Amino acid sequence: MILSVASGKGGTGKTLVATSLAISLKDRCGVQLLDCDVEEPNDHIFLKSVITGRETVCIPVPKVDESKCTFCGKCAEVCAYHAIAVLPKNILVFPHLCHGCGACSYLCPQKAISEEGKEIGVVESGHADGVAFIQGRLNVGEAMPTPVIRKVKERVNHEGISIIDVSPGTSCPVVESIKGSDFCLLVTEPTPFGLNDLILAVETVKKLKVPCGVVINRAGAGNKKMEEYCLKENLPILLTIPLDIEIARLYSRGITLAEGMPQWKGNFTELYDRIQELVNERSRCLKR
Amino acid sequence: MKEVVVLSGKGGTGKTSIAGSFAALAKSKVLVDCDVDAADLHLLLQPAISEKHDFRSGQIAEIDEDKCTHCGLCQELCRFKAIVDFKVDPVSCEGCGFCSQVCPAEAITMRENVAGQWFISDTRYGDLVHARLGIAQENSGKLVALVRQKARELAEKQGTEYIISDGPPGIGCPVISSLSGASLALLVTEPTLSGIHDLERVLEVCRHFGVPAMVCINKYDINEDNVNKIESYCRSQGIETVARIPFNNVVTEAMIHGVPVVEYCRNGVSHKIVALWEKIEQSLKE
Repeated sequence: MILSVASGKGGTGKTLVATSLAISLKDRCGVQLLDCDVEEPNDHIFLKSVITGRETVCIPVPKVDESKCTFCGKCAEVCAYHAIAVLPKNILVFPHLCHGCGACSYLCPQKAISEEGKEIGVVESGHADGVAFIQGRLNVGEAMPTPVIRKVKERVNHEGISIIDVSPGTSCPVVESIKGSDFCLLVTEPTPFGLNDLILAVETVKKLKVPCGVVINRAGAGNKKMEEYCLKENLPILLTIPLDIEIARLYSRGITLAEGMPQWKGNFTELYDRIQELVNERSRCLKR
Repeated sequence: MKEVVVLSGKGGTGKTSIAGSFAALAKSKVLVDCDVDAADLHLLLQPAISEKHDFRSGQIAEIDEDKCTHCGLCQELCRFKAIVDFKVDPVSCEGCGFCSQVCPAEAITMRENVAGQWFISDTRYGDLVHARLGIAQENSGKLVALVRQKARELAEKQGTEYIISDGPPGIGCPVISSLSGASLALLVTEPTLSGIHDLERVLEVCRHFGVPAMVCINKYDINEDNVNKIESYCRSQGIETVARIPFNNVVTEAMIHGVPVVEYCRNGVSHKIVALWEKIEQSLKE
C-alpha cells in the first residue's frame, strides 16, 4: 500500500500524521516512511533516524565540445527552456534553466554535445525504530524539486506499507509525490485558509485519480464549514485531532503524537485499517 | 519603491495573516500574492476582480493518432516518462518538445498550454495582483515572476511607496522567483524544531540571492526554549529578530470574518504586528 499524506495548505500537520502513522504501524511488516517534502524535509526531526546511505541526485546538463561545434544554432533552437544560447563564435549553457530533456545532445548534427551530471540534491536512507526511512533534500538555491522526488520514490517497497510525506501546495512537486499512490490522506484545519486549500488539494488528487480521505487537525479552532464541505463532496473524515496546546508543545519539541501521547497509537492503526478497507472496497468495485 | 516579501520555509507559520495585516497598515502600497498554487490572501482582502488574464506557459505534446506509426521512438527518448502506449500524459509532459522534433512521422505537435489565470483586483487597501495556477500545472515560478512584474508596473504607475508580497512556502522555484531582487524578506517562523530547521534553509536562500532578511517568531509562547534557540541562531548569523507574536485564536477568528487581524481586534497580537510593521518601515528608510 502506498499512502501519501498531503494538504494543500502548509502547516496543517502532515508531518505529525505521517510520522505518527509510521511509528504506530511499525510492528507490521515492511513499513517505510518517505519524506518527499524535499524543499523542507522535517520527518527526520521526529524520527531521530539513523542515516546509513546517501546518494546524490544529478540531472544531466549539456556539455559542448567547442572543437566539434560549428555554432549552427540547432541546440538553441530545440531547447524549450532557453538553456543554451549560441553566439557567432561562442556557446553559452545555463544549467539552472536546463530540465535535462536530452534534446540538444541527441539532435546536434556534429555530435558535439555530451551530458554531465549536475548535483541538485541528495537522497538519504536509514532507519528509525524498525521503520525504514528515506528522505530527499533539495540543495539550497536549486529550483527543481521533482527529480529529487522521483529518486526518493524509486525506493518505494511495493510489498509493505509506504507512507509518503508530501510538500504543501498543488503544483508539480505535489503531483510527483502523490502520483501512483493507492490512497491520499489530506490533512487540513477547520479554518477558511484550510478549507480553501483543501478544495484545491481535492481537485488535484481527483485529477490524479487517487482516492482520498480527510484528517481534521486542530478541530475546534475555526468553524463548521469544513464538515459541511466534506459531507457535500462525500469525502470521508477519517480522523479528528483536537486543538490542544499540549499537542502543539510536543510537536514543537519534535515528538510525534504516537510517542508523546501513546493513547493515540490505537487511533492511527485504526486510521490505517480504515484506509485499507476503503482501498480494498475500491479495487473490488473497479474489478466488477 | 520598496518590496517586502513575507516568507517562512515551513508552511502554516502565519505568513498570510501577517501580510494581510501589513496590507491594512502600510499607507501607500500595491499588494501581491506570490503563493500561486495555494493562494489565501484574497480571503482576508475581499478583492473585486477588475482584470482577468490567461497565464499561457509552456507547451504540451499532442499525438495525431492517424499519423502515428507506433514506432516507439518518442516513448524511448522521453525522459519524463510522459508517453505511454502512444498517448501523452499531460501531467507528466514537461513541454520540452523533444518528441515532436524526432518523430519520423511528424505526428506530434506542441500546443500552447493555459496553465492558469492572473488577476488585478480592487481591495479596500489598494490594488492586489494575484493568480491561480491550474491544478497540477507547472511553472509556478514563472507565474510568480509575472504577478510580481505586474505589481511593480502598478506601483510605478501609482507612485506607491511599497509592494507587499505574500510568499509561498518551501525553498524551490516559486520561492526563488518571489525573492530575487526584493528589498527585504520577512521570515515568519514558529518555535518548533521543524520551524527552526526550515528557517535555516530559507535564510540560506535569502543569502544566496543577496536579499536582506529579518525574522519574526509567531506563536512564541508554545515553546520559549526554542525561541531562545532561534534568537541565538539569528544573532550568530547577524540577522535581527524583530518580533515575538503570541499564540491567540483571534487570528483564526479574524480569518473567519475575512479581515486582517489588526482590524479585527486590538489585543496583544495586533499591537505586536503594528510594532513589527513600524520596525520594517524604519529599517527600509535606513
